[in-house]
Amino acid sequence: MSDKHSAGDVPTTGHVWDDDLGDYINQPPKWWMLGLTASAIWVVVYWIFYPSIPVSNANGFFKGVGGWTAINEMEADKSVVDEVRGKYEAKLKDMTPAAILADSELTEYVTRSGKVLFGDNCAACHGQNGVGTHDKQGLFAPILNDDDWLYGGKIDDIHTTIVGGRQGMMMAHKDMLSEAEVDTLANAVAAGKPTSTPLFAEKGCTACHGEDGKGMQAMGSANLTDGVWRFDSSVEGIKYTIKNGVNAGTPETRVAVMPAFQGAKLSDAEIKKLAVYVYKFGGGQAEAAPVVVDAAATSEVPAASAVQAAQ
Amino acid sequence: MSQEIDKKETDKKEVGEVTTIYNEFETWTWTVNMGDKTIHAKRMAGFFRTFKDRAQLALWLPFFLFPYLRWNDKQAILFDIDHRQFHFFSLTVLPQDIWMLSLLLLVAAMTLFAVTSVASRVWCGYFCFQTAWTDWFTWIEEKIEGNPTARRKLETAPWDADKIKKKGLKHLAWASIALLTGISFSIWFVDAFDYWNNLIHLQLPVVGWVVLVMFFLGTYILAGLLREQTCIWLCPYARIQAVMNDSQTILPTYDYTRGEPRGKIRRGGEVVAPQGDCIDCFQCVQVCPTGVDIRNGQQLGCITCGLCIDACDSIMDKIAKPRGLIRYASLDELSGKPAKKMYQHPRTLVYIGIIMLALSGIVWGLTHLGSMTLKIMHERQPLFVSMSDGSIQNKYDFKLLNKTDKDFQVKVSAEGGVKDQIILGAENNPMIHHGRGTSFTIFVKAPGKFAEKDVTPIKFRVESMDDPTVFAEYTSQFYAPKK
Repeated sequence: MSDKHSAGDVPTTGHVWDDDLGDYINQPPKWWMLGLTASAIWVVVYWIFYPSIPVSNANGFFKGVGGWTAINEMEADKSVVDEVRGKYEAKLKDMTPAAILADSELTEYVTRSGKVLFGDNCAACHGQNGVGTHDKQGLFAPILNDDDWLYGGKIDDIHTTIVGGRQGMMMAHKDMLSEAEVDTLANAVAAGKPTSTPLFAEKGCTACHGEDGKGMQAMGSANLTDGVWRFDSSVEGIKYTIKNGVNAGTPETRVAVMPAFQGAKLSDAEIKKLAVYVYKFGGGQAEAAPVVVDAAATSEVPAASAVQAAQ
Repeated sequence: MSQEIDKKETDKKEVGEVTTIYNEFETWTWTVNMGDKTIHAKRMAGFFRTFKDRAQLALWLPFFLFPYLRWNDKQAILFDIDHRQFHFFSLTVLPQDIWMLSLLLLVAAMTLFAVTSVASRVWCGYFCFQTAWTDWFTWIEEKIEGNPTARRKLETAPWDADKIKKKGLKHLAWASIALLTGISFSIWFVDAFDYWNNLIHLQLPVVGWVVLVMFFLGTYILAGLLREQTCIWLCPYARIQAVMNDSQTILPTYDYTRGEPRGKIRRGGEVVAPQGDCIDCFQCVQVCPTGVDIRNGQQLGCITCGLCIDACDSIMDKIAKPRGLIRYASLDELSGKPAKKMYQHPRTLVYIGIIMLALSGIVWGLTHLGSMTLKIMHERQPLFVSMSDGSIQNKYDFKLLNKTDKDFQVKVSAEGGVKDQIILGAENNPMIHHGRGTSFTIFVKAPGKFAEKDVTPIKFRVESMDDPTVFAEYTSQFYAPKK
């Protein structure tokens, strides 16, 4: 009740504070009362409709007449994504990995959607995007985006590797070779010319690595003449490998084991997708000659033209 | 001489009539518009009334009609949000070029500022949708319920059949306009004929219904019920524009030096005290759509629609005084200061400068839309791959946007980079679809011995196979191991 502004005829509660302060007993505005009433009604409806009573008993809990749950809402949202993916998934389910690769639209789908699958199952050892991981002994799991493959880089080879896993194998030679022999061999290998020393053939390295030292795909033995190394490219690292072997059963030996992914770990379709995904990292080898199947061309571009381009 | 006498004769007659205008005022007293009473403004003919009518229609009739224009079997002007395209006749603007919209908005804002600094709230008075729709709504109200006096009477009248009929009819007419407004807004964003078809079959998407209901309610409430209260209490532009006025700005003003002291005109023209030209007839107040008394000077409620000028001029004609007691004038002019020239108004010049800059930006943008854009992302993990033959391979993600109206195949080439590099991945000449983005992967492989630097710039060029003038370039990097 200010002195400056007349209170008019509005009555007050009668109580006066600090000489001149009083409370009007005006009714709240009608719009405000309507809003309050509407809110009250809304609360009642909401509590009945949604699972809003935070009490459970032996029979469960109050689920609300609307039947809403957060899980259902998530599933409904997921079904939208599944619908988009569904047509691709249905198509590639019965195709061979090579056929998926020949279909540029499906290849595009796999390269765009495969990241999660790869991240969940492969990246722990091979690194995100297949860059490889290292431990203190050197490269722990192979780099997947170069063009050097121990067990073959064709799409079916990659598929086979994922299905059955791989286990590297090399004898430990520390008891068979003298320190000088190991040294000679390691230096020759490090230079990329393993056949430059007669020891390479005499000591039986050719049995696995081949006469020319380029390795044998069937055994997964490494190509010793190229610029890509499975474990360590230094002379010391190569000496360690020669002495201790790979998966040779000793505590010092190098470890090279990839588990099989068929069965419990991944579905057939997932393995096929991963094979294509890995192939598309950039190192996949075509059946005939190196060809990178174009990812953007539409399905109208027949697979035949990809073969033509390769020739 | 005889003419003068004739004029005096008419004067006397007119004065007699003029005094009757006080009668219509007796039933109503003016108070500050607090929003507690509905403003029932009188409609009087005049220059500004006509100007306002025409300006409103000129700006807003296209709002209702343009969406029905067709061009090449498509809607001529369509903000296609679903497909993220804006069609303007033959021109298609994709979201990548939407920065021009911000310049367009800047032009609009600066035009508002410039015009306001010169002639006050021209937008509010003659163009704004709020005042235009309110004007149409009250026009309908007058047609159905009668003149302001009749409307005030009807408001206090009991709810008999006549009142129900009139009010019902009025609200029905308002609702129709509101509905048409909602529809007309919507069809700027979806095909107009599809929309009508879906609407009639009640098959609009949810968002369509929401927009329609919001615009229906918005129009109905703002133009029908809130009216000038929107301008006074809700509209931010009213407040912003008030800051742009200065003493050089012309706006409808009451010439107090000429009008005061105001006094009622008396029968027979007898003068009891010194009197200005204002005869206190309250016509300027009665015609005001926002319920202000212009004679109180510049005020927030005034939307400068000039209707009070019409009203005052008509009275001045009747009492044989010169027109312009209320007129477009600046505060400088009223206080007798010399009027400055337009170029002496630096603020306006700054606004015009900004408008020119923004306009030239839009012109540059429209002439440099291009037919294709290219963005290249270099793979970050790994930056490069050492291949078994000692070469270095880099991976690039190409993203292309074809802005033409045809699909075409492209070839990829590169300048710079490393000696003897080869480009892999575009051997099939990827098909680039129009109107959407297309992406593909490109590998560049170069002998390691030539990759001397760890980062070498490489400029890619993507060119249409059909038309070499359609191309795009992008400079990226080729990464190699540090030496």
